[in-house]
This record gives sequence, C-alpha cells and structure tokens, in this order.
Amino acid sequence: MRTLYTFHGGIHPPSNKAQSTRTAIAHAPLPSRLVVPLHQHAGETAKPVVQAGDHVLKGQLIGMPDGFVSSAVHAPTSGTIAAVDMQLIAHPSGLPNLCATLIPDGKDEWVALKPVDFRDHSSAELQHLLRMAGVVGLGGAAFPSDVKLRIGKQKITTLILNGAECEPYITCDDMMMRERAAEIVQGAEILRFMLDADEVLYGVEDNKPEAIAALRQAIKESGHVLQQDKRQEAVAIPTIYPGGSAKQLIRVLTGLEVPSGKLPTDIGVQCFNVATAYSVYRALAHGEPLLSRIVTITGNVREARNYEALIGTPIAELVALSEALPDTNGYIMGGPMMGFALHGMSGPGPAVHVPMVKATNCIIAASAKLFPAPQPAMPCIRCTRCVEVCPADLQPQDLYWFAQSKEFGRAQVFSLFDCIECGACSYVCPSHIPLVQYYRFAKSEIRAREHDKQLADQARVRHEFHEQRLEREKREKADKLAAKEKAAQAAKLSSTSPQQQAELAELAASRAHIREVAQSEVEHTTERTGE
Amino acid sequence: MLFSPLISKSEGVSVIMLKVLLALLPGIALYVWYFGPAILVSITLASITALATEAAMLKLRNRPVAPFLRDNSALLTGWLLALSIPPLAPWWLVVVGTAFAIAIAKQLYGGLGSNLFNPAMVGYAVLIISFPAQMTHWVAPQGLVLNELSFAQQLQYIFLGALPQGLTLDAVTMATPLDTLKTHLHLEESVQHILNMPIYGQIAGHGSEMVAWGFLFGGLYLLASRIISWHIPVAYLVTLFAIAGIFHLVDPAHYVAPLFHWYSGAAMLGAFFILTDPVSSPTTNKGRLIYAAGAALLTYLIRTFGGFPDGVAFATLLMNISVPLIVLYTQPKVFGKKSKEGKP
Repeated sequence: MRTLYTFHGGIHPPSNKAQSTRTAIAHAPLPSRLVVPLHQHAGETAKPVVQAGDHVLKGQLIGMPDGFVSSAVHAPTSGTIAAVDMQLIAHPSGLPNLCATLIPDGKDEWVALKPVDFRDHSSAELQHLLRMAGVVGLGGAAFPSDVKLRIGKQKITTLILNGAECEPYITCDDMMMRERAAEIVQGAEILRFMLDADEVLYGVEDNKPEAIAALRQAIKESGHVLQQDKRQEAVAIPTIYPGGSAKQLIRVLTGLEVPSGKLPTDIGVQCFNVATAYSVYRALAHGEPLLSRIVTITGNVREARNYEALIGTPIAELVALSEALPDTNGYIMGGPMMGFALHGMSGPGPAVHVPMVKATNCIIAASAKLFPAPQPAMPCIRCTRCVEVCPADLQPQDLYWFAQSKEFGRAQVFSLFDCIECGACSYVCPSHIPLVQYYRFAKSEIRAREHDKQLADQARVRHEFHEQRLEREKREKADKLAAKEKAAQAAKLSSTSPQQQAELAELAASRAHIREVAQSEVEHTTERTGE
Repeated sequence: MLFSPLISKSEGVSVIMLKVLLALLPGIALYVWYFGPAILVSITLASITALATEAAMLKLRNRPVAPFLRDNSALLTGWLLALSIPPLAPWWLVVVGTAFAIAIAKQLYGGLGSNLFNPAMVGYAVLIISFPAQMTHWVAPQGLVLNELSFAQQLQYIFLGALPQGLTLDAVTMATPLDTLKTHLHLEESVQHILNMPIYGQIAGHGSEMVAWGFLFGGLYLLASRIISWHIPVAYLVTLFAIAGIFHLVDPAHYVAPLFHWYSGAAMLGAFFILTDPVSSPTTNKGRLIYAAGAALLTYLIRTFGGFPDGVAFATLLMNISVPLIVLYTQPKVFGKKSKEGKP
C-alpha cells in the first residue's frame, strides 16, 4: 500500500453520484445545429478561419489558436457555417461571445485524419499537434494542455492523473474510467513520455471502486505499450471534498505542497485530468481533434445519465434527452460546489441555445427541492467552522471581514490568493454568508486595481518620454539657431570695424545669456512635470 | 440560486445558540434542586429584558428585528448573566445588568458578531462595581440556614423588597464558598479548618459543586456536538489546575486544592460557556490556548489575591481585549507557504 497524506479541512457533501452511473455512457444524437464558441479555453480567443456559408467537414479547423495560451477549435461535424457572430455562451457573466454556428448536413463526414506514433516525435512537435487538435484540460478550467506540457528544463518526477472527481453529482470521469480505461492509460503514457516523468499516479476517490478496478486492469493489460521502468499505478484516495483540487490531490499522493504562487512543475509534479489523457490519446493515435466530451446530465431529471456529446450541442437539447422534470427552475453547469447557474435558462423546457463547451462536465437540472433558495445571511459570529474545513489553511472569517470592508491589502496579507474557491467555507457557514462570492469580489477588485496601476505606470512612462522629446527638440532648435548665428557673425566679422565687432560680441553674449536662462527654465519645468 | 456553492449543510446560528441554551439545562436543574426555584425567576427576568432590549436597540439601529430575535443569542446572554449573579436579589438588578449587556456591550458595538467583549460578563462587571452589596447576598443551599424562605416569600423579596417579619437578608443568605474561604483566610484560619464549615461539600461549595458538575456535563455535550472546540475549556481548566496545584503544594494551609477552584464560582461555566463565546474569543487554535491559559491565570490571581469574590468575569474581559493581538500573532501556516510567511 502506498503511503497517502492528508490535507487540512474538507467536507463530505452528499455525493449524489449513484443516479447517473446506473447506465453506460450514451451517444447524444446529432443536434439540429451546433454553436461552437471560439473562446472555450483559458487564454486567448481562437481566430475564426471560416465564414458564414462555408461548408466544413467534421474535424476541420474553424478557429486558429492565437497567442501563447490558446487552443484550436474545430467543426464537430460536417455541415454549413450559418454564422460567425456573438452568441450567448455558458459563462457566469452571462455575456455573449464569438461563436461559429454550424448547421450539420447529417453526413458526419471526417476530414483526412493523420494519426501519429508519439515515439517518433519530440515533445515540442507533439505539443504543437495537441494545440492544433484543440486539446484542453477537461476537468473544468479548460487550460490548453500543450502549455502545461512546455516545462522547460524542469525535471518532472511524478505525473498525476486526476480521476478524483470530488464534486457531488458529476460522474463523467468515473464513467469514462470504467468504460475507456485502456485509452486513458495510453494517453497517460503519451503525457508521461512528453514530460519524461518517472511514474504515473492516478488519484481516484475510493467511492469509485469500479473505476479503480478498470484502471488497474487496463494498466496490467497495457504492459506492452508502457515503457518498462516507468510504472503506472491507480491509487484509491479517501473521498473528501475538495480532494480533486490539483494542489490537494498532489499533497495526498506525494506529501508535497505546491508553494504559494508556484506551479506543480516547480516541485516536479504535473497534473492532468483522466479525460484529458483520453483526448490526448485520441488526438495523437487517431488524429482526432477534440470534438466531443462526456457530460453528466443529472439532478431534477427523469433519467440521469452520461452522454458523449459534440462540443456546441445546445444544452437544452442535451437536457431534453434526460427529460427535465416539470418543477425544474434552472440549470447549473458544473457541480453544486463550484458550478454556476446558467443565464437565460429556466423551467423544464429551456428555449435558449446556450451550447456546451469543452469545460462542460455536468449539467444539473435544479429545482427548489434540490437546491433550496439560500437563507438570508446573518452576521459572522467567528465560529470558525470555515477555518476547520478550509483546505488551504486560510482564515475565511478574516478574509470575509477584509473583503466586505474593502481592506484589500489586508486580505492579500492574509493570503486571499491562496483561496481555491472550493466553497467548503460557505457550505458549513451557520450564518449562510456567501463567502466565496466575497473572495471573488475582492480578487477581481485587486486585479482591477493592479491593472489600473499598470495603465497609470505606462501612461507616466509615455508622458515622461514625450516631455523628454519636446525638450530635446527645443535644444536641437536652439543649437541650430546658435550655429546659424555663429556663421552669420563670422561672415559679418570679416567686414566690420573693431568698434562694431565689440558691440556685436556684447550682443551675442547677452543673447547667449537669455538663451541659458530660457534653457534652465525649460529644464526646471520638465523636472516638475516629470515628478 | 446564483452563486456557488449552491448547497449548504449548516444548521444556522439560531440552532447553535439553542443547543448552547440546552446545554445549560443540567446545571440549571441542579441549581434549582440545591438552591430552590429563585434562579428560574432571574432567568425569566433576564430573558424578557434581553429580548426587549435587543428589539428596542435593533429598532433604533434600523436593523430587522425578527431575524435577530430568533437567533437566540440575546437569550443566551441573559441566561449566562442570570446564572452569574445572586438569584435572590431585587428584580432590577438582573434587569439593569442584562439591559446594559445587550444595549451597550452588544448592540452599540454593532450587534451580533461585532462585540469585542462578552456581553454577559460586561453586565456582571457593571453590577459588581455598581451594586456590590446586592451582589454578595447569595441564596443559601437548602437545609443550611435556619430560616428558609418559601418560593412565595422569595418572589415577595425579589419584586417588593419585603422580607417576612423579623428576618434580615443576612439571616437567609450567605456569602459564596469562594468568598467565605477568602474571609476566613484573612482571619488566619487554615484551609483545612475552613473547609470543615457546613457550607462546603465534597470538593468545593455544598450544592454549588453539583451545579458545576451540571455545567461540566453540558459542556461535554457542546464538545461532543462540535459546537465548541476542546482548546479553550481544556487549556483553561488545566492551567487553573496547574497554578492552583503549585500554590497548594507549596503551602496547603493557605492555598486551597486545585479541584476546589474547578468546582467553585464560575470556573466550569466560564470554561465551557463564557470563554468559548466565539465572537469574543480567538479564532486560531493556538490563540485559544493562550487566551484560555491567560484567563485561568487571571482567574486564579483575582480569586486568591484580588478584592473580588470571583475572577472569571474580569479574567474574561481582560483576555477579550487581548484577542485581536493574540489572533494576529498566532496565524497558522497557509497551504503552500512556509510558516513564517503569511504572517502580517
């Protein structure tokens, strides 16, 4: 048995996972239309490379990665691009974003695929392939995977495959591990190869025994594809929320703490979701870009289930597959701890075409019974139940105090940015204070202020440069004038009497004096404005 | 249903406060058993005053009245104060104390969650400084004085100030066991000799030691239901025991045994119900240990060398002032930070 470590705090919310694991993953039917956002990953929006009216094939590039942290976006099926415009997307802000709308032609016709054997390529080449295949983290943050594989000279000891899935309700990773463990193991081997890691550890919460057994079986059977001396091991970890948070998972499996403000790679660890490993395998071994993912449809529905659905499928059509019950009053994307309520969608039959994206791991149909309205917040009584459950060892009651009194400096001193927004504090708060919301507010205020400060700094630098330029131009003009005068004097000098010469010299001296005074004044003003 | 997390398991402030009130019941029951029902009158008076003052102050402060009255925190303050002062006292004593506790020590500081001091202890301090005479006449344990008052006579005294013909207050009340000990020590009697007096029982005061058992029992329930953490009661009782033990070992004739301190005065009530008030105690575990140990030291010093009969209230208030400082210097290590970092 491997030695496991613990992290501070954590909670045990009702898991509500059994509902959606009774039946195998189903394939969602081809929807009537797909809305594919060009910004569904962390980083820069992909640049659209198609126009309305274009016919595209399944897997054809429609969004080109643009910037260091960016990822490609593809047509999930063959059909015609109806529009490239702003559409409502699944985002907490409820703001629209650039999307390509695709009307499927029903043929589901692939582009030519180019599978590769990863052993024939360098890590850098493989990174490029993954970037162009649109592979991003499928655990929720949708961070481009290629960026996480660019590790420079850092030695990676342990590659961790995150199959913890600690959030209630969500079972998409669980079902994928049960059904597609062999592909996950091969994807993990590719990631291990790219990072040149020594070992691969799967962290799976012990409430998923089937998934753990499937992974162990697959590891045993995949002996021939794994490099001899680099072992893979599926580890059952205790079920406790947020055990699937990367930093906490790393701590549980290795005993190491990712230093505050650093990345896991700084301590020789890198972490990927199991579903990401699957996508990596599909992208390289089959040449298939990331076009679909598994989504858990659960909550207030007749039949909770996991679906493999195309990116861009309207969430309403997905929910319809599981039949939302009549008292449904809204939809949550993600889990109940860290997910968010979808805008513009309420009632059992949502009309809006908000599409699912690569980050959509779960849609929960909500009802007043499942998710009662929050009770009115009372004042904090400093009972420290939040401290007891905080996995980052923070003092949530103090952070709350600083956030609500806008003492952002103090909040930062008390490690606000080490908060992972897991929501455990709010979950146990007897005063029903939406604590995480206060932390999000404080963080965004601090970021906005830092941004403003940067802009102000830039403006100041520009202003100083402008002043310097003006001064330089003035000086150059003055010098030119002086040179001209000198030349004129020299010309005159040759044709004037000594008396006149003396007078002229005096005149020149007084002029020079005036110039000096003017010059020093200019310098003086520049100094002042430069302050 | 807008912000995550969208689920919550919490029982709410009012339930927590209610459980603390329930935890006081064993002690109160034993109080009634040994000292008669007068305490129920002062608890009732304190409850009514607390709720009325809270409502009036909330109204004046333009705050919603109903949700805060339902949070049970005012009731708790009233009960703790009533349990700290003599039950056989003029009705206005507990009313003045409770009103001051709620209006000044709680609401003027900002209400629930904002008070720097434990309101009940502020009320106690005001009473013992302003009305020392009324605060020293404690109802005697039943069977210890010749002229026991009936409940009707007690009510008559509380509300009308009238005692039955021929009786003085001194004839029906006594000093507390702690007070008696102190007075007799001043008379150069030895501890062993003093403890033979009928006012004393097995460990400490006759009757009052049993009430302390009741509070200990209730406190254990609070620990078991995780409403309080062990740090404050354990640090308080252990420190009190240790200090009293050292003095007692050195000079047992002048310094009473540590267990006497545990079961006397408000030590048990303080350890589990007063010092553990979350609002006015530290939020860090290390801070709680320091805070409770400091309170125990002060309790012992005030009891043994000070002028007041008990030290729990002043010890609590003095440690309350130190809480912000204690918390600042006992910040725990943040995940991913070395212990030195993250400190202000």
